[in-house]
This record gives sequence, C-alpha cells and structure tokens, in this order.
Amino acid sequence: MIAVLALIAGVVAGLLLEPTVPVGLQPYLPIAVVAALDAVFGGVRAKLDGVFDDKQFVVSFVSNVLVAAFIVYLGDQLGVGGQLSTGVVVVLGVRIFGNVAAIRRHIFRA
Amino acid sequence: MSHPDVPPLDDKPDHAGVGWPPSEPSVEPTPSPASDRRRRRISTASATIALLVGLLAFALVVQVQSNTGDTQLENARQDDLVRILSDLNSRETRLRSEISTLEGTLAQLGAGAQGQEAALAEARRRADELGILAGTLAAEGEGLVIRLFPKDNSVRASVVLEAVEELRGAGAEALQIAGRNGTTVRIVASTYFADGPNGLVVDGTPVPAPYTLTVIGPSSTMKTALMIPGGVADSVARDGGTLLVDEATQVRVDALHPAEDLQYAQPVQ
Repeated sequence: MIAVLALIAGVVAGLLLEPTVPVGLQPYLPIAVVAALDAVFGGVRAKLDGVFDDKQFVVSFVSNVLVAAFIVYLGDQLGVGGQLSTGVVVVLGVRIFGNVAAIRRHIFRA
Repeated sequence: MSHPDVPPLDDKPDHAGVGWPPSEPSVEPTPSPASDRRRRRISTASATIALLVGLLAFALVVQVQSNTGDTQLENARQDDLVRILSDLNSRETRLRSEISTLEGTLAQLGAGAQGQEAALAEARRRADELGILAGTLAAEGEGLVIRLFPKDNSVRASVVLEAVEELRGAGAEALQIAGRNGTTVRIVASTYFADGPNGLVVDGTPVPAPYTLTVIGPSSTMKTALMIPGGVADSVARDGGTLLVDEATQVRVDALHPAEDLQYAQPVQ
C-alpha cells in the first residue's frame, strides 16, 4: 500500500518538478529504470508467491540498478555501449515478461 | 496467503466481494515484544521499499519526459548526425538569405504603399478621362447645345462633319448628336458621318433631322468657332437651314460608345 502511494508520489513529483536529466546520467537512467522495473515486478511476484522478503527486495533493487548502470558504463568504455545496453534491456525485458507471466497466473489463474 | 490469519482460499463465501489477492491482514497477532520489533523492522523496510519505488517512478517519469522529442537523433550514428547538422546549416543559410530577400521586398512595398495609392488615384483619374474621350463614360460640364434645322430636313454629312471638326478644334471634349426621334449617338474619334437614303447616318445609325448637338468644352470659344464668317453657321445658312447655338453652364453627354477590343495594336512595353 505504501509502495503504491510512493509510486503515485514519484510520478506526481516527476511531472511537477520536470527536472532535466544530467548529461552524465543520460545513458544510465533508462537502463537503471528498466532494471528497477525488473526488481519491482520480481518483488510483486514474490509477494504473490508469499516469499517476499524486504531485505532481498531492497538488495536486488539496488544491485540490479547498479549492475545495469555498470554494464552500460563498461560498454561505453569498450566502445560497444549501444549494443550492450540493448543486450541488458533484452535480458531484463525477458525477466520482466517472466515475472509478469507469473503474476498473471496468480491473478487470473491462467 | 500462507498467513495464519487468512482463511483458506477455497472458503469463497467469506470472501465474496473482497478483492483478490486478499489484502494484508488488518488484524495482527496480539502485540508482543517480538512482533513489535518485527513491525518496526517492517515499517523501516517498507519505508525503504517505498523510497525505492518512489524513486523508480520519479526516474521513469523524468526519463519519459526527457525522451519525448529527439529520440531519433539520440539513436543516430555520428556520420548521420554530421550530415544532419550540415543539412541544417545549409538550410539555415538558405532561409536566412530568403529572410533578407523578403525583408527587402517588405521595405520596398512599405515605401511603395503610399506611392501605390497616389498612383491608383492617378490611374483612376486617367481612366475616367480616357473613358470620356473614348465615349465609354457619360460626361457633364460647361458647353453648348446646338440645334440644326436643315431645309427640307436634309443636311449634307460634310456640314455636320465640318461642325464637329470646328468644335473639336475649339476644344470640345465630348460630343453627341441627337435626332428628332430621340436617337442619340456619341461622337468619338472613329465616328463617321454619311449621307443615307433617309438622311444623315452616324456610325451606321440613321439619325433624322432636326439635330441637337450637345458639346462639352469651352463654350464661348466653340461658339465663336462656329460663327466665324464662312464657317459652319454660314454653310448651314447658305443651304437654307437654321443653326441655333445656346451656351450652358451644365450640359450632359450621356450617350455611350461601346468599348472596342483592340485587335492589332498593343501597348509598347
């Protein structure tokens, strides 16, 4: 419940403040957002499975974001930043799809 | 779902109308030091979770908003970007030169606007003048009304032509000739006078005597021109007719000559 409220608060803050993304963060923010989405969907799935753990969620969230950002940074340094971010997005997308499918099975039993 | 307080899921009747999955149990086990600690831990954990989720939503919205726009440019390769940039530069140059051209035109038009109006008024005035001369506009002003009563109601065309020539020479600006039955013909540069079987023919229209010539021009000069010895008045008198000349401050020449489209002559550019 608090998480949903926080979600709404975050959206409202983003809409109202309209901050510009710092140039240094620009390549990492989209990947970080996707990684965090993956963590959130995983958390929702764990909640529905009844195996949700706060600590695990927080750690996975933070580490997901950091690892994703690090991979992109590494890719940029190696000159394959674009391809590597595509790969990260693909992997995370697959995971999100899996989690969403599990959530769907829970909710609709189908 | 594995919570002890939640009844088994197949116990549907108790859950009718309650959303699925069942919400967090509102009834916690009786508070005990352990559960108290647990709750505090949960609240800090959920606060962290809320913070993270809020951060995620914030970042998501920010990213979406910053991304609406030049997504294509962001994904373009460097070569493409250079090409696009040079395209834009050349386009800018082109548009700038266009702007300066248009500004020049604007200045010209602004300067010419007043001149334009004066030219328009002048052109209107000239068009009116030419319309009067060409016989396509009615005219009024100072002039003469000349009545010609020929003997036996027949007059030679040359006499009328002579009268018209004299009047023109004296400064007549608009002329018309009217016959007995109200036939009125405007006399312009191309008008001809001929002797027809039933009298005078003007521009192909038979005009029966007596005639009334209405002339706009300097009345006294024209009257003198008609009355000189050996002139029109004398010719008419010699033929046995009568010529009456009345000066008037306001006469009206309202017969019109149809405008002709020029077939051969073109204005010199």
